[in-house]
Amino acid sequence: MDHTASHELAVTAAKARLLGMDMVHRAASGHIGGSLSAMDIVTTLYFRVMRVDPAKPQDPGRDRFVLSKGHCTPALYPMLALRGFFPVEELEQFRRIDGRLSGHPEMGETPGVDMSTGSLGQGISAAVGMALAGKADGADWRVYTLLGDGEIEEGQVWEAAMAAAKYHLDNLCAIVDVNGLQIDGATADVMPSEPLDKKFEAFNWNAIHVDGHDFNALEDAFAQAAACKGKPTVLLAKTVKGKGVAFMEHDAGWHGKAPNDEQYERARAELAAALAELEGKS
Amino acid sequence: MSEKIATRVAYGQTLAELGKEYPNLVVLDADLSGSTQSAMFAKAFPERFYNMGIAEANMTGVAAGLAACGKMPFTNSFAMFATGRAYEQIRNSVAYPRLNVKIVGSHGGLSVGEDGATHQCIEDYALMRAIPNMAVLSPCDANEMRHAVRALVRYDGPAYLRLGRLAVDCVTDSLPGYEFHWGKGTLLREGSDVTVIATGMMVQMSLQAAETLAAEGISVRLIDMHTIKPLDHELVLKAALETRCIVTTEEHNVIGGLGSAVAEFLCEHCPTPVVRHGVYDQFGRSGKAQDVLAAFGLTPEGIAGQVRRAVKLKRP
Repeated sequence: MDHTASHELAVTAAKARLLGMDMVHRAASGHIGGSLSAMDIVTTLYFRVMRVDPAKPQDPGRDRFVLSKGHCTPALYPMLALRGFFPVEELEQFRRIDGRLSGHPEMGETPGVDMSTGSLGQGISAAVGMALAGKADGADWRVYTLLGDGEIEEGQVWEAAMAAAKYHLDNLCAIVDVNGLQIDGATADVMPSEPLDKKFEAFNWNAIHVDGHDFNALEDAFAQAAACKGKPTVLLAKTVKGKGVAFMEHDAGWHGKAPNDEQYERARAELAAALAELEGKS
Repeated sequence: MSEKIATRVAYGQTLAELGKEYPNLVVLDADLSGSTQSAMFAKAFPERFYNMGIAEANMTGVAAGLAACGKMPFTNSFAMFATGRAYEQIRNSVAYPRLNVKIVGSHGGLSVGEDGATHQCIEDYALMRAIPNMAVLSPCDANEMRHAVRALVRYDGPAYLRLGRLAVDCVTDSLPGYEFHWGKGTLLREGSDVTVIATGMMVQMSLQAAETLAAEGISVRLIDMHTIKPLDHELVLKAALETRCIVTTEEHNVIGGLGSAVAEFLCEHCPTPVVRHGVYDQFGRSGKAQDVLAAFGLTPEGIAGQVRRAVKLKRP
């Protein structure tokens, strides 16, 4: 990817971080920490990798995205809005009873959402089903699913991993947002899951380590995934929970908590400054 | 009573027949395809059959993904695992997004027999009925099962279908003008003193009980309630008004299944004595199917006993 494209992605992600922070503050609830860690991955997918058309959200030939870590709607909804699936102003309706932006994604409700998720471990199975359907139809579209590194403690993830390998689903790419934290603390303490690469490889997956905040590296990794034939690929994306807001980074306490007004102002100032700096460079 | 055949066999045959007619029909099993009879479809359409291994939760989620891409998946396992192990996947990945997935639970109830309580599912109606958007079907014989499977493929939405292990008499094929209507019970026998509402193989037992009771001078109306949800309110209400007492019977816990559905409806719309016959909130046990059924009172005599009780509860 050239410098301009990479810069554009950085600007988009910075805008999305601001929007996500606004959403969670306004709703006074939501999952900001894991959304900030996943933001660069989701940005790369929607603005660089996936074949989607906001004018035709149900196009049978589109690439699919399943947010298996379904609580990270403050990453997904800003991305769908910025990509044009619905107006950015609609983000104000996040978690509101009169809106269509539920706390967790709902297919059929929010344009651009391909699967209802929220109960951890279930999204990857649906993604496997989609990839199977694509294979059955000889289609060329691909399926992407984003999991948390806490989420993979669910046994269903490994049932799905076995099935994806059995059916040689090279049209499936899973991404694990390895931010190292879950609600109750460090994944290493709550339930150690490393070595993730060896686990997925033992399940006959192609495993690729990638810096989850490096747009060039992410795009390369997605290209490698698409080029890998005969087996599914998992990107083990090393990330920072709370990325972009100094006082939220590396803190499990920000998994599912909304900032108060004072914290919000500090977070917003930092995110806005980062965006201004990026835009100043362009 | 032209044939004695298990509903699971009729299901397997019908599914295999429908494969040609419905190119989007896909079938998933969790390593029990010989028992659930999905193997018949697998043989006829191997490219549309997915053996997902002993992993019911994933099987259910995969079915959701297939349905999201226009396929019509039927998932198969024993009722215990299809609805119990994968309960939350059915709720959140299938029913909530209203995806066109059919959950098929074979070997429902105590008539599993020798495998014992861990495999004798007596909670499946309750589990599935409590989920919004879900339909619940429990046909009584091979003829009704064939109709039910055809109705299922025409229905666009999530549904649960229970199959039985044992070969049972076919009773609906001799009914003049029998038709299967989604959400509508079938009147098998007219009667004026009491109505028995039965589902699954308790229908056949209820027919026998009705004969015994007729000899005693009790006139039994018998409804075969193959669709537990949506419940046929009209038919239940008519029965309550005309016979003024009801007995429900099912191979299921008396908590949460057909009996609960009927009682819940009637107590709000037409308070009427409802006596629930079924498994009385206890686990089953290992033994020959007929012995287990007898031990738990799931017999024509057991039904007849509850009918006599119900008649005494009638208000003047």
